[in-house]
This record gives sequence, C-alpha cells and structure tokens, in this order.
Amino acid sequence: MSFNLAFYSALFGVLGLVGIALIGLGAHLQLVFGVIIPYVAVILFFVGMIRRVVIWGKCPVPFRIPTTSGQQMTSLPWVKRTLADKIESPSNNWWAALRVATEVLFFRSLFRNLKVNLTKDGPKISYFSSKWLWLGAIAFHYSFLVVLLRHLRFFTQPVPGFVHLLDQIDGFLEVGLPQVQISGFLLLIAVTYLLIRRIVVPQVRYISLPADYFPLFLIIGIALSGILMRYWFKVDVVAVKKLTLSLVHLHPKIPQEGIGWIFYVHLFLVCVLFAYFPFSKLVHMAGIFLSPTRNLPNNSRAVRHINPWNPVVKVHTYEEYEEEFREKMVEAGLPVEKPLEEKE
Amino acid sequence: MAKLPKPKELVEEIDYTPPEGPWMETRPEFKPGTYGYGVKAKNLKVLGLPNQRDFYPSEEDWQLPDNWKEIFLEGMEDRLNRFRSFRLFMDICVRCGACADKCHYFIGGGDPKNMPVLRGELLRSIYKRYFTTSGKVFGKLAGARDLTYDVLKEIWYYVYQCSECRRCSVFCPYGIDTCEITMMGRELMNLLGCNLNWIGEPVANCYRTGNHLGIEPQGITSIFEFLRDELEEITGVKVDLPFNQKGADILVIVPSGSYFADPGTYTMSGELLLLHYLKEKYGLTYTFSTYASEGGNFGLFTSNEVAKRLNAKMYAEAKRLGVKWILGGECGHMWRVVHQYMATFNGPADFLEVPRNPITGTVFEHAKETKMVHICEFTADLIKHGKLPLDKSRNDHWVVTFHDSCNPARGMGFFEEPRYVIKSVCNNFYEMPENTIREKTFCCGSGAGLGSDENIITRMRGGLPRANAVKYVHEKYGVNVLCCICAIDRASFPPLLDYWVPGVDCCGIHELVANALVLPDEERGVRKRTKDLRGNPLKGYEDLVEEE
Amino acid sequence: MYDGGKIIAGLLIGLVLLTFPFWYNLGKAAKLPEPKLAPEAQKAKQCVESKEYMAAHHMQILNKWRDDVVRKRYRIYIGLNGKEFNMSLQNECMKCHTSKKEFCDQCHNFVDVKPYCWECHLEPKEAKEGK
Repeated sequence: MSFNLAFYSALFGVLGLVGIALIGLGAHLQLVFGVIIPYVAVILFFVGMIRRVVIWGKCPVPFRIPTTSGQQMTSLPWVKRTLADKIESPSNNWWAALRVATEVLFFRSLFRNLKVNLTKDGPKISYFSSKWLWLGAIAFHYSFLVVLLRHLRFFTQPVPGFVHLLDQIDGFLEVGLPQVQISGFLLLIAVTYLLIRRIVVPQVRYISLPADYFPLFLIIGIALSGILMRYWFKVDVVAVKKLTLSLVHLHPKIPQEGIGWIFYVHLFLVCVLFAYFPFSKLVHMAGIFLSPTRNLPNNSRAVRHINPWNPVVKVHTYEEYEEEFREKMVEAGLPVEKPLEEKE
Repeated sequence: MAKLPKPKELVEEIDYTPPEGPWMETRPEFKPGTYGYGVKAKNLKVLGLPNQRDFYPSEEDWQLPDNWKEIFLEGMEDRLNRFRSFRLFMDICVRCGACADKCHYFIGGGDPKNMPVLRGELLRSIYKRYFTTSGKVFGKLAGARDLTYDVLKEIWYYVYQCSECRRCSVFCPYGIDTCEITMMGRELMNLLGCNLNWIGEPVANCYRTGNHLGIEPQGITSIFEFLRDELEEITGVKVDLPFNQKGADILVIVPSGSYFADPGTYTMSGELLLLHYLKEKYGLTYTFSTYASEGGNFGLFTSNEVAKRLNAKMYAEAKRLGVKWILGGECGHMWRVVHQYMATFNGPADFLEVPRNPITGTVFEHAKETKMVHICEFTADLIKHGKLPLDKSRNDHWVVTFHDSCNPARGMGFFEEPRYVIKSVCNNFYEMPENTIREKTFCCGSGAGLGSDENIITRMRGGLPRANAVKYVHEKYGVNVLCCICAIDRASFPPLLDYWVPGVDCCGIHELVANALVLPDEERGVRKRTKDLRGNPLKGYEDLVEEE
Repeated sequence: MYDGGKIIAGLLIGLVLLTFPFWYNLGKAAKLPEPKLAPEAQKAKQCVESKEYMAAHHMQILNKWRDDVVRKRYRIYIGLNGKEFNMSLQNECMKCHTSKKEFCDQCHNFVDVKPYCWECHLEPKEAKEGK
C-alpha cells in the first residue's frame, strides 16, 4: 500500500462523507440524517460488536499462554515477588483480571515502550524510554471518553449529577463563552498527534493502511465539527436536545425549529464511526479483554488447562522403541522390558 | 554455505528506514545465509507429515500439491476457529508500531518485514482477503491481498525469520503475540511440507530415538560414560549413570544439546556431579532415560500436534519407570512446553506425586499439576536450605552475566531462581542493561529452529542486540562468560559472541554450581580441586596446571 | 462458546453501560422546555435579533455587551432593523423577559447549562414566588 493511496483514500473518504451529509441536507433529508441513519448506526454498532465478540468466544483457547512479564509464583517462599510481578505474572484469575485492568485503564504495556538507537561505530545499541505514544494514546482515549460522557447531557433528562460535575471539571479554566471544555481540544490535539506520527515516523508510515488513516480523519472530523459547532457556528442547543432525547425515547422527531447544518455533519460522522466500529480495527476496545496473553493466569504447572479439541495423536511408544533397539540396549547394559529372544 | 560478511559490514547494512514503495509489492530475495535448508522427505515420512518430498526453498518450484492454495486457506480457517489467539490477533491490531523496533531481527537487520506488525500483516492480509467482508469488498484498500505463489514464499521466508521469542508481545498494548502468529504460519507451511530441515530432522529423530540428535540408546550411554570419565579426572569422583531404572524417586530429563557438544556438556557434567553428590550424601534416587532422552521439543516449531506427539514420551516414561516426579534440565523452549503446554497436551499426570524435594522437604505446590520441577528451582531450594557446601571462589576466574532465555523469561516468569543460584556460586556477577534482561530480554537469534549454519547471516543479525549488551558489560566490568539456561543458547552463543564480542564464553548455571560444589573428599581436605569442569585452572592454580 | 459465562457477563456489562441513555430515561417523560414569553415581550414582538439567532447566540451577545459596557463604556447596541438597545441585562433584557424562572431557566435547565450571569447580577425577584 503506497502512502498516497492509503492517506488520500482515507482523507477523501471522510471529506466525501461530509459532502454526503451536506447534499442530504440540501435535499431536506433531515429525517434520514437525523433519525434513520443514527438508528441504523447504533443497531449496526451493537449487533456488530456482539457478533464480533461471539465469534471470538466461539473460538476456544487451547493453551494457557500468558506473556509472563514478572516473576512466576513459586513454592519457594523466600523468592520475593513485587506488586508488578504479581500483576504481570498473575497467579490466579483475580490477578489476571487486575492485569487486564491495568492494560485497559493505564495502557501498561505501552507505557513500557522503548526506542532503539543504533550507533554504527562500535556498534552500540541503546534503548530509551519512549512514552510519547503512550501519552498520546492516553490523552486521546481519555479525552474521547470525557467528551462522550459530557454528551450524555443531550441524552438524559434530568441530567445526572456526574455529567454536570464532569462538565464543570472539564471547564475549570473558566475562559471563553461558551466555556472552553479542555477535553474536546485535547481530543483534537491528541488525534492530530497520532495522525502526524503516522505520517512522519517512517516505519509507521510504511505499515499504515487506509484503515489506519480513515478512523483518524473521521475522529478529526468529529472533533473539529463539534468544536466549531460549540464555539463558532452555533446551533440551537435546545432543538438539538429535543432531537437527541426523542431518539433515545424511541419517539424520534425532527424539531420544528431547525438545526444548523454543522450539527448534521457532526452527527453523520459520529454515525459512520459507530457503524464502522465493529468491522474495523477499532474492535480492539472489546478484544483487549479477551487477549489470551494478558487475561490468563500464569499457573499452568499448578492447574491444568483443558484444550477442548485436544487431538488424539499417534505417538512412538516405549514398546516400539524397545522393539527397535532391544539388542543394542541389552548390549549397553540397559534394562529392557522384554528379554532378548534366543537366537536360533 | 554463505559467506559471512565482517561484523562492520553487517552493521553498515542496517537501515531502519523502510524502502520506498509499498510493502505489498516487494518480495524477499532468498539470499544465501538468510534462510535454512528445506526439510527432507525422509524426515517428513517418519511422522507421516504431508507432501513428502525433498524441499528446496531457493528453487522456483516448491513441488506443492495442485490444491496448495485450498489447503492453506482451509488450514487457516480451521486454525482461526480453533485458536482464539489467532482470530483475535488478526482482528485487533491497530498498527500503532510499538512493536516495530522490539524484534531482534529488525534491530540487527532493518528488514521492515521483520517488524512484528508487518510479519503479522503478511498473514493478516490473507485473513482479510478471504475471511472478512471488508477485505472481499474493498480489497487492497482494506489491506487485503490475494494468496499467490509469491506471497506464500514471502510468508514462508518471514515465519522462518521469527524465533517465537515473544518480546514484541511484552510491548503490545493488546498483548498480540507474534509467536502465536508465527506458530500458525508454520503449521500452515507444514500442511504443505514446507518445514526447515533443521526442525524436521530433529523432530523425526526425536520421534524414533527419543532425542533430537538421533542418538541411539547405546550411544547415549557411551556419551555419558565419556562425560563421567572427564569428570572423574577433574574431581576424582566417578559419578553414577542410572539409565532407565525403575523405582527411582525422580526422572531427570535434559535437552540432548546438553550432552552433545561443548559448552552444553559442561552443564550436563555439572548436573551429573550435583545429582551424584545428592545421592551419596542424602540418598536421592534418580534415573535418566534413553527413551525420554530429550527435554527440548522441536515439535513446538512444527505444529501443536507434533509437539504433543514428542512431548508424550515424558509422562509415558515417568509412568513406566514408576518415578514420583520429573526434574527438568536447563533448556529454554523445553520449559515453554513443560510450563505452558505439557499438562494440557498429555495430562493429567495423576500417576505421579506432587513434587517434593526429599532433602529439604519443600513441596513444589506450584508444579502440583505438571509434576515437573526446573533444576534451578531444585538447586535454589537446596542452596537456600544450606544443603550444598559451596566455594564461590572456585568461579573467580569467571566474571559472569546472565542471559534470560526467551522462553523461561516470557513463557514462565523464571527470573529470580537462576539469579539466586548464580549469586550463590560465584563472586563476580553483573547484570546487562535493564532494557535487555528479564522480560525485555533478547533472543540469541537462533531460537525456534533457526540455528542452522546455512542461516548464519540471519542468526548474526538477530543476535546483535543480545551480543551488544554482552559487549557493554564485557567492556565495563570485564565480563568473560555469558551464563544461560537454554541448550539452544549454549549452541548458538559461542559463534555469535565470537563474531560480535570475542573473548566471552558461554556456560550453563550447573557448570558453575559444580565448580563451586565442595565434594566430600574436598571437605575433608583429602583432595583439592584445581581445575574447573572445562579443565581450565582455577584462580590461584594457574601455575600448577601448567606444570602438569 | 468458550468461557461463555465470563464473555456474556462482560458483554452484558458493556451493553448496560453503553445503552445508558436508553434505559436511564425509561419511564421519565421528558419535560420539554417551555420558555414563557412575558406579556411585555409579546408586546415587543421582536427581540434585539431574530428569534433563531437569539436561540443560538444570546450568550455571545450578552458576553459582548458585558465587555463593551464594562471595558469600552459603549452603551448602545444597534439591533435588527437598526433599532437601538441599551446593553443591559437587567434594564433591557429583563424588561421584556421578566421572569428568570419562566424564561431563562427553562432552556438552561433542559440542556444543563448554569450560566454565571447571576454571580454578579442580582437575581430578579420572582413576582409570583411565595404566592
């Protein structure tokens, strides 16, 4: 995949989506873009994700293969195991669950990231801690989460206290009007960083597919349209909430007042993201929980792991072995099960 | 055999910046020195594996069955349905690139397809093309591509350029383990009879004779007798060589690499001396077996079925001999199999007892299912209980560093026990830089069946990160021996270190243990040890030995 | 399914969390905002800008008014059709929109915004309050 093909197909793909939304509005298809597509997207998301997880669930885990990044549990009580050892070489399912939690919540493995540096004179290879990707990923995922949770104010009535609290914390700078919410800008910055990194780092650029650029452009589109809508191209928020509430109440209704075009662009991109989710690499959201190198305890010598399709295999038995080598074994003074037959 | 360039030339060739042009359109060049020889028909025949013919990877025609594509894709579908790891890892990679510079073959070679992500992508592109809707519809745009003869060869080239060391999986945010992907790739290659001979032959040997090297029973006993005589010359003790003895407490299984060639043999001798000492002093009874004369398992590098077929001998022999439990020698991938696969493959081993060290009384609860204990765990327990008189100064001629072998490190979590033993038997121990040890350890470059001579360039490249870390402690602390607990390591490090860090030897832990072990005659002052197990003078006896 | 129990439990947890907006509102009739135009406002017929513009932008207008008055000492705003307005929340806006509760709060509460107007301005006494 050449860079140009990967990059521009994704970019124009997302621009095309914006165009579709605008054309749709021009044709007064508010009902399609405000009601039908959102419902279809949400259904695709849930059905697709459940289907994906069920496919994974139907695949057995034949072997217990945790990647052990810490000292094993042992019966030698004097062998010290740190907390990190207990998490990264979990002795039971609870510790393994904790391990998965550290991956999900803190991106533990990514935090370990190193960068290699080769000095050809010598040669000398050195390794540096490199946390930029981790930082970018954490910033991206958490800001996205906060943005999502904040959006609950459009989908709930009355708005739960935690959403309001989040809103206040997010806007603690108390600048601008409407008050600047850090999460939205952080999301845009983080996702832009991830995009730039993909373009600039030669190895990552080399491996990138349209499927890598597309979600980035899509999320940039979503964040950008959201920010523009909140601070510049303002829309009637009350009307927006009337629509969104009617959607979650399953009594969809396009509000009389009319909502600005940018809202529909924003909503359409979000819908595409939802619908695209289960059919893309974004399924890592659910997959991380099922990763056999992370969610299994390192106790294979203490508790037998069952392989449901454990094959019956042909083995070379001791009898066959002795049959072939009996004479030589006796000559070498090795005990045998069946004595040598007297030669006639 | 390929001509190996000078280290300097090899380093000059490394370029981490990928070439221009899309990876899907480039094909590997089968350069001599970068891949192993293909499997021989006779070796496939022994186990009844598919497509039995002499396989030559460099030739245009691989003599595949006409329906090779069907076999490959059906095999892939079958494995996607049988291994959650495979299906999941095909689905969830986001190509973040965190793994890119974690692979020793990439660090030492710069071939972008040795970045774990791209190694995975070789199979992932096939997965997308044939098993996902998006790939079927969008094709190349979705990262999908057709399985052609060239693509098959490319996959082959790179699944046999991964040593299944799992280093990338430590760094992957989703725990994607390229080892699993490589294993699947290799299983598929084996459906077409496209193994390496350096794997296929040991597998065939092991199946028939019980060990990778194909040594028949009388050969094994004579090798051990030779080791016994050498040992007697150095220590004055004539060790017992119990083979195939029924009713012993413990069955001892070591990798055949330990009794085949230097410096593995010194480890073997060390183990022999230790076990003999325990027998004389504490009445430990043990036996070796000629039938289960292999701890290693090259089946693991072939397919899970073959691994199971070879592994079966361990329990079968333990049962036949009526031992209580099994003690395993110093070997890397052997312990991946024993620790993570054996009970699943061939358990439950309910005819054995929960391993208990009869000398210290320690019960190895953590091995209560498998009933197999690592000899370093066993020795560490003995040392902790003060059961072994040790004279550390006998290893003073060594300045030691420890190499965590990939499999015990990332497939077992075996970090403290070997270090404890080493620190108990020698005075000069230095760790390599922290990003190159423990769970971040580097492969020797020759693991997973890639240790053949004809693969020498790939091996030297892949071993560079490890060797370079050794070089660091060699120059900083004067380290002159790399201690490890893996037979493949002990076979592959001597040439590797010679190439990158001349002046550093390689040894196993039990060689050092035996050096330090004060034997009864020595304790009584009747005899003095002047040489180490290699016949080299101990520190302070250099002149004495020269006089001889 | 293998590890079915755990996987289904996980799926259920995920499903419950992600469908929060759907079940959270169950049984709660959404109270839609009903901003009441006081008689004064009805009489005026026209706000400083169009109704649509006011709905989306009133907070920005107020913000600008504040800055203009406090920092620049401007007082007059020329609105729709060239009509002049005194830039004052209490003396101009509230003249028509007399009740904060009946007018401002209606929408603000609906979309969960808590404007800080009343941190400085005196909150108008609600005429009907207490009766």
